[in-house]
Amino acid sequence: MDLYNNKNSDTSKIKRDASVNDRIPDGLFLACPYCGAQMYNKQLGKYRVCAKCNYGFRLQAWERVELLTKNFEEMDSDIQMDHPEFPGYAEKLKRAQSQTELAESVLTGTADIEGERVALGIMDSYFMMGSLGSMTGEKITRLFEYATAHTLPVVLFTASGGARMQEGIDSLMQMAKVSAAVAAHQEAKLLYLVVLTDPTTGGVTASFAMQGDVTLAEPHALVGFAGARVIESTIHEKLPKDFQRVETLLENGFVDQIVPRSELAQLIAKIVRLHTAEAE
Amino acid sequence: MPDILSGLKLFKRELTPAQVVKKSREDRFMAREIIDGIFADFVELHGDRLGGDDMSIIGGIAFLADRPVTVIVVDKGTDIHDKLSKRNGSPEPWGYRKAQRLMQQANRFNRPIIMFVNTPGAFPGKEAEAQGQGEAIAKSILDSMKLTVPMISIIYGEGGSGGALALATADQVWMFQNATYSILSPEGFASILWKDSKRSEEAAAVMGLTAKDLLEKNVIEYIIPESRNHPRVFNLIRKRLNDEIHTLNQLTPDELLTKRRNRFRAF
Repeated sequence: MDLYNNKNSDTSKIKRDASVNDRIPDGLFLACPYCGAQMYNKQLGKYRVCAKCNYGFRLQAWERVELLTKNFEEMDSDIQMDHPEFPGYAEKLKRAQSQTELAESVLTGTADIEGERVALGIMDSYFMMGSLGSMTGEKITRLFEYATAHTLPVVLFTASGGARMQEGIDSLMQMAKVSAAVAAHQEAKLLYLVVLTDPTTGGVTASFAMQGDVTLAEPHALVGFAGARVIESTIHEKLPKDFQRVETLLENGFVDQIVPRSELAQLIAKIVRLHTAEAE
Repeated sequence: MPDILSGLKLFKRELTPAQVVKKSREDRFMAREIIDGIFADFVELHGDRLGGDDMSIIGGIAFLADRPVTVIVVDKGTDIHDKLSKRNGSPEPWGYRKAQRLMQQANRFNRPIIMFVNTPGAFPGKEAEAQGQGEAIAKSILDSMKLTVPMISIIYGEGGSGGALALATADQVWMFQNATYSILSPEGFASILWKDSKRSEEAAAVMGLTAKDLLEKNVIEYIIPESRNHPRVFNLIRKRLNDEIHTLNQLTPDELLTKRRNRFRAF
């Protein structure tokens, strides 16, 4: 009867029932960040992909481990390093650590993927946007050094907003540090496989994300060097929707294959086998 | 700081980081002037052999005293038209690929590589992204980790981010007294961290981007004192380059590579 009671008071606007938000639990319905399709959370399934466009929702490092392997041994989990001092940085780092249960923006270790032993690194975009700090660089460098010493292929999932601003020049030096370890790993004639995931940008794109022997990517992942806003303000032009999407990179020759998340583990194992099998 | 001390600072003409940033962007030393001032018989070599030639990177071969070397210089341009066509020294991917080609060539002929860097950063453009700006920088860095000839990189103005690192992955990195080397411009830094690009002076102060700061952190090996007398500066650089290359040449290729990689492993 509310409708009749309110008839003469305020008819100019139709008001939305604000309590609706409280009755629907958070995260029950999601919009795909790429195609915008609305869907029920459980529709994403085990692999957390958009039912309409196959975009892979951003995963945390440990979630990805679960999708890839039953056998993962973490390394350098308790690594300690002095962080450069910068106002508010220590607190920000602590918050990220408690939110993600990671020590840094990358998780490293050895794993068994469909029967193939690999050195596995997974970057986590939930940890300060997967930014490249000194410890991130140190962990990835050690992963390569371990792989070189133990003749293992490296599989690295990239996800990063780029350099970690708070660490300044130290962050920049990580690009060269990791590259040196990649060079040594290459000289040992070992495979380095990159999987580009959403988003991979900046200093990570300009170093180890683009140094793989084989480069796979997840559907619609954003991969680029400069930020879209910076480019738009430099060239005074609106950028198309598929700009810096891996479909464009594939067309331009910078990616080997775009692979749905559910098929990744098998394809990685197949590629590793093609590099490690010894002919009679 | 008491007034008398700030007065002293002015007297000693020690610039604040923000002043250094401003100075590093001025046209104090020009690319062609550096080449002619330090080297003899410079022969310019164009193109990346993949379909492009970026004029913002000048490359070629020349004599350093009696020694043939490969020279790679980022050029910001001289007048407004030149600067526009070179995007104020922001290389395109084909610029980095031209540098890669010349580095490989230097390696083949056992020529030391001398690089001069003055760039706000790699160009953020539509075509640059399509042609793989990230890949071009990534490969420059990776290639530099494998070349078995001495490499020395000198930042003579701005050393902007990955675009500078692509040409500064070397056995030694030197900086001009009023040059800068940083992860990002102070404006960009302030706008990312504080959402306010106008706080760039404040950013410059905390970023540690001056030659003095970077020498303390072992990011660079040497600061080149500047002077209005450019020939004097060039003579100093020539002499020092010669000495250092002589020393680096005593190492075996393996030793040289190990030393270069360890230089960056320390960070």
